[in-house]
Amino acid sequence: MSAQPESVPAAPAPRRMRRLEPAAIAGVMSREVANFRTYWRGTTFSSVLEPIVYLLAFGLGLGATLVDEVEGVPYIQFVGTGMVATAVIFSSALPAMFGTFVKHRFQNTYEAILAAPVDVEELVSAEMLWIATRSAVYGCVPLIVTFFWGLEPAPGMLLVPLFCFVTALGFSGFGVAMAATVAKIDQFNYVTALFVTPLFLVAGTFFPISGLPEGVQVVAQVNPLHQLVELVRGGAFGFELVDLARFAFLVGFAVLTWRVAISRMSKRLID
Amino acid sequence: MAAIELSGVVKRFGPITAVDGLDLDVPEGICLGLLGPNGAGKSTTMRLLTGQAIADSGRLRVLDYELPGQSKPARAEMGVVPQLDNLDVDVTVEDNLAVYARLYRVKDVGAAVDRALDLARLRDRRRDAVDKLSGGMRRRLLLARGLVHEPRLVLLDEPTVGLDPQIRTELWTLIGDLKARGTTILMSTHYIEEAERLADEVAVMHRGKIISRGRPAELIAEHAGSHTAEIYAPPQRLTELRADAESAGLRVRPAGPAIAIVGSERAEDGFVPEEAVIRAATLEDVFVLLTGEEAE
Repeated sequence: MSAQPESVPAAPAPRRMRRLEPAAIAGVMSREVANFRTYWRGTTFSSVLEPIVYLLAFGLGLGATLVDEVEGVPYIQFVGTGMVATAVIFSSALPAMFGTFVKHRFQNTYEAILAAPVDVEELVSAEMLWIATRSAVYGCVPLIVTFFWGLEPAPGMLLVPLFCFVTALGFSGFGVAMAATVAKIDQFNYVTALFVTPLFLVAGTFFPISGLPEGVQVVAQVNPLHQLVELVRGGAFGFELVDLARFAFLVGFAVLTWRVAISRMSKRLID
Repeated sequence: MAAIELSGVVKRFGPITAVDGLDLDVPEGICLGLLGPNGAGKSTTMRLLTGQAIADSGRLRVLDYELPGQSKPARAEMGVVPQLDNLDVDVTVEDNLAVYARLYRVKDVGAAVDRALDLARLRDRRRDAVDKLSGGMRRRLLLARGLVHEPRLVLLDEPTVGLDPQIRTELWTLIGDLKARGTTILMSTHYIEEAERLADEVAVMHRGKIISRGRPAELIAEHAGSHTAEIYAPPQRLTELRADAESAGLRVRPAGPAIAIVGSERAEDGFVPEEAVIRAATLEDVFVLLTGEEAE
């Protein structure tokens, strides 16, 4: 038996804590930033290189051989503006899926965070905000690269990081919800094959969806990536009134996946 | 005031009742050892206290906050040291601490990190990544992380499980220091020696409820008497001795290759064989008698 305590600390006044406290969200994000500092080179390298490779392969390859212009825009610029959406989905949905799963199942990170005054709503919100912030930066890379192939800078392009951020919020929520749903990590293959790849291909990145069968066109209209592609092209080549509706759609998508992700993660994390 | 008050708490996982009408009070300023075999419900109890499990019924009150409704402010004033190492291994020691200082809303993060580094004796390793630390250093860091905000109540969930004896002793020293500062500690463990060394009181948990509680010496006196006779003999002879002892009203428990007659001072003269090893009764005797499980 050890010695008797020197003194018992006095009880402080009871604290009140609200939902969605910025301090909790910032705390969780600070953990992400601390980790990101250790792996940012690899992530940035792949996030920058992948869209460039796609851009060169499709933009230069097809552009030089089969397609000259699409909707009055040089094909490489058409693809370059569309590739923003590709960069966004690959830097949001996939890290959210795998990162969340690994932190929950293998690293027990969330158990430690939830032992602190952080609730699941704050945890999920912070994860989504962090991924969306990164995605907003990585999403701009294809646009910047396309400047080297004659794309003229336009004031509307200043809104592209915002469009990327909101879309990435939606896809990170989707990824977190999927991570909380699958039983094993290899089940992400189903998610990728059933959702991510089709969304990526039917977004209007490489070809206009107006050329697709009517039924597919309808499906494409509810594809958030397609809305992002159109918004980015609006920023580059001129907005239309319908773009307000597109942005509202993306906000709605983000809110919906945010709430679904919180609900799914609550079921996973709280017994 | 009690730091923890649990009353009639039940937690089921499907057909399994992990916590079965648990009543537990932990007064402020003491270290209570929650001693029980694997599957006794200790970890579920810890999860209930951190709001990561919601009780099916019963009342939970921690630091004057009702759970689960007021779990968040309660967690702000308690520290948790988990059973599993869940440090961020690629991140530096000081960044691991700083993140949790922020999560706990500590105002002066730098000072809190310095204080925690001193506590864990890791000041000279502050800029090293966690995966460069030894196992003992990592466990000290894990403890310091749970204390970075100077909590009033600390939950230690099997703090030394799976550690080698040297690291275990290091941690016991740190936990002893914490006790000396008057921090309330609830420590789940299935190591008898850990409970004996650190706990002011021990609550023996079995099948989801507390089956006995008291100071270690009181529990020993109540359940095991003063002496235990350990008898080493061939299995057949042990079986006979056990049957004789039990028919004489003595309590017998297995002790590896031997049997132990607990409370051997109550045996009639000449009953205990001369070759028996007589020793003082221990908490391990109590644990095995009460739970029917072999102790670690």
